[in-house]
Amino acid sequence: MPMLRLEKRPSPSRFWQGMTPVLAVVLTMIAGGILFAALGKNPVEAIRTIFWDPLFNAQFASYSRPQLLVKAGPLILIAIGLSLGFRAGIWNIGAEGQYIMGALAGAAVGLAFYPADHWFLFPLMVVAGALGGWLWAMVPAILKTRFNTNEILVSLLMVYIAQNILASMSLGLLRNPEGGGFPGSRNLSQYPAASNPELIAGTGMHWGVIAAFMAVIAAYILLQRHILGFHIKLAGQAPRAARFAGVNPTGLVLLCMGISGALAGLAGLFEVAGPAGQISIDFNVGYGFTAIIVAFLGRLNPIGILLAGLLMALTYIGGELAQFMLGLPAAAIQAFQGMLLFFLLAVDLLSNYRVRFGARAEAA
Amino acid sequence: MNRRTLLATAALGLGLAFGGAVNAQAMDKAKACFVYVGPIGDLGWSYQHHQGALAVQEAYGDKVEVTWQENVPEGADAERVLTQMALSGCNIIFTTSFGYVDATNAVAAKFPNVKFEHATGYKREHPNVSTYNARFYEGRAIQGHIAGKMTKSNKIGYIGSFPIPEVIMGINSYYLHAKKVNPAVELTVVWAFTWFDPAKEADAAKAMIEQGVDVIASHTDSTAPLAEAAKANGAVIGFGQASDMADYKPSPRVSSIIDNWAPYYVKRVGEVLDGTWAQTDTWAGIADGEVEIGEITEVVPADVKAEAEAMRDAIAAGTYHPFTGPIKKQDGSDWLAEGAVAPDGDLLGMGFYVEGITGDIPK
Repeated sequence: MPMLRLEKRPSPSRFWQGMTPVLAVVLTMIAGGILFAALGKNPVEAIRTIFWDPLFNAQFASYSRPQLLVKAGPLILIAIGLSLGFRAGIWNIGAEGQYIMGALAGAAVGLAFYPADHWFLFPLMVVAGALGGWLWAMVPAILKTRFNTNEILVSLLMVYIAQNILASMSLGLLRNPEGGGFPGSRNLSQYPAASNPELIAGTGMHWGVIAAFMAVIAAYILLQRHILGFHIKLAGQAPRAARFAGVNPTGLVLLCMGISGALAGLAGLFEVAGPAGQISIDFNVGYGFTAIIVAFLGRLNPIGILLAGLLMALTYIGGELAQFMLGLPAAAIQAFQGMLLFFLLAVDLLSNYRVRFGARAEAA
Repeated sequence: MNRRTLLATAALGLGLAFGGAVNAQAMDKAKACFVYVGPIGDLGWSYQHHQGALAVQEAYGDKVEVTWQENVPEGADAERVLTQMALSGCNIIFTTSFGYVDATNAVAAKFPNVKFEHATGYKREHPNVSTYNARFYEGRAIQGHIAGKMTKSNKIGYIGSFPIPEVIMGINSYYLHAKKVNPAVELTVVWAFTWFDPAKEADAAKAMIEQGVDVIASHTDSTAPLAEAAKANGAVIGFGQASDMADYKPSPRVSSIIDNWAPYYVKRVGEVLDGTWAQTDTWAGIADGEVEIGEITEVVPADVKAEAEAMRDAIAAGTYHPFTGPIKKQDGSDWLAEGAVAPDGDLLGMGFYVEGITGDIPK
C-alpha cells in the first residue's frame, strides 16, 4: 500500500505557483552541484561562479552585469509575445524563424540606404523588423485559421526555411561588397544611422532592452486590465465558454501569432543592429527557442518572464565564466540549464496536487 | 592602416627605442586562453586546436596557465567571451575560427596589452592582433591525387562548410589533382553551411553516396562523413579532416590532413613570456609541419601511395606548388599561364572554381 500519494487540488495553490520557480532553482543548484562534483570540480565554487560572479565579482561584474541586460533583452521580448499565445492555447514554436526574418527585413532596409545618414532610418528599420516577424508568423496563423493546420508544426518548420533564407542572404543579396568574398553583411554597428548602440556607456542598455521593458509593462496592463487580456485567458482556460462570451477564435489566433511574431522580429532587428552587428549565416543562436523556456519559467506572467529572462541570462554568462575559469565543459552547463526547466515542470506538480502521506481513506 | 593605428605603431616604435615599451617586457608567468567554435570532442578542428593548447601547457609547465572555452558561437557571444577572458587576465588569446574576425578586432581595441591571435583571418586592425593560417590546399592536392586514382565510379565528392576562399581553394586543389590522374573524374560539392553539425554532415555524405560518389573529402569538423562512408562496407572511402580520425582506419579513412597547431602556439606563447611577441601574419604548410599528411593505409595500392608521398615531399621541399599553371577558371578564362605559380593574394581571395568543376559557388 503506497505511503505517499497525490491528491488533486480543487484549484491550483497560489502559494506553490509562486514558490515552484524558486524551489526549481534551488533543486537545480543541488543537482547541478552533484553533477559538477562528479566532474571533479568544487561544486560550491562552480555554483558561485555561475550565480554570484557575474553580478558581484570585482574583476568581471562591471562588465558582465550590463551584459545580463544584453542577453536577457531579446529573451524577454520574445517570451512576452509567446506567453500571450500560450495563455490562449496558441502554440507558436517558431519564434526563432520570426526572429531571423525580423532581423533580415530590418537589416535589408538599413543596408538599402547605405551610406546615407537619415534620421528616420533606424525607426524605419524597427518598423520593418516588426513587420518581417509578423509576416512570418502570419503563415502558420492563416494556415491554421483557413485550413485548420497545426500551428506547432508549421511555425517550427518555418524556422528551417528562415535559416536557409538567412544563409542565402548572407551569401548573396546582403553580402558586404567590401568583405573580400566572405559571407555576411556590412557591420551595421559601424553605420551610425542604422545602428542600435549602447545608449548609456557601461549599462548594456540598448533600444531592444527598452523595448523588452515596455513589452513587460504593456503585457501586464493588457492581461490585468483589458478585455482582450481577459479573452486571451478565457480562451486558454475554457474555450467553449470563451466562444459563448463572444471571443472570435480566428481573430485571437491571428492576433496572438501576430504579436508574438512582431515582438520576435523586433528582437531580431535590435540584435542585428546592435550586439550582433551583422547578418551572417549563423546569426541566430537560439533565442527564439530559449524564450519558450523563459516564458514557462516565468509562469506566463509578464513580471515572472522579466525575472526568468534575467535568470536565464545569468546562467548563460555565469556558465561562460565557469567554463573558462574552472574548465567545466560546455555540455555540463547546457545540462545545468536543462535541469532548470526539468525541475520547474516536476515541482509544478505541487501547485496542482497535494502530497499526502499514508493510505487513502476509502470513501464510503 | 588608419591614422590611429599608425600613431600607435609609431608610439610603440618610440617606446621600443627607449626600452620602455609594455610589449617588450618579459613575464614570469603568462595566461594563454583559447576560444573554440565547436566542442573539443568534435575530434576534428576544435580538438586539434585544443591539442595545441595542451602542448603549450606541456612546454612551459608552471610558467603558463592555459584556459579555454568551447562551443562559442561566432557573433555577439564571441565578443562577450573574449572580453571576459581579457578581464580575467589572459595575456594572449587565440580565437580559432574565421567568424571571430570582428569580435577579435573589437576586443583587441579595448585591451591593447592583451595579444590576440586570430586563426584563418585576414583583419589586423590593431597592433596587438596577429593572424595565422595553414596551407590546407597542399594536403588537398594529395587527397585529390588519391581520390582520382581510387574512384571506380569516377564520381568524387567534397562537403563544403561555407563558400569562403579557404574552402574554395581546397575544392579547387582537390579537383585539379584528381583530374590530373583521372580525366574522367566528376566532382560533386555539397554545402553544409556549418562547421560542426554531425547530422547535416552525415546527410551530405549520404546524398553523395546515393548519387554514386565513392570518394568523399570534407571541410567540416566532425567524423560523421566517415561514419556514413563506413556503412558502405568498403565501397566508399574518405579522409580524416583536421585531425587524423584514426578510428576509421584502414578504411573508409585512407589518409588525412592533420592540423598541427602546436609548434605555432608554443612559439607564440613563448614570445609573450620573453617579451618578443610582435604582430605577424603566418601561413605555414607542409614544409613547416603545420599541415601533416596522416598515414596512407594499405587500402591504397602501393604505387598510388608512393606517388602521393612523393607529392607531399615535393611540396615540402618547395619544388612543387599545387597551383601551377596552366590553369583556367570555370568560365574558360585564363588564370595561370604555363609554369606560373598562384600568388598568395589570388588564393586568399579565391572566389571562383577552376575549369571542369560543374555547379556554382552559392551566391
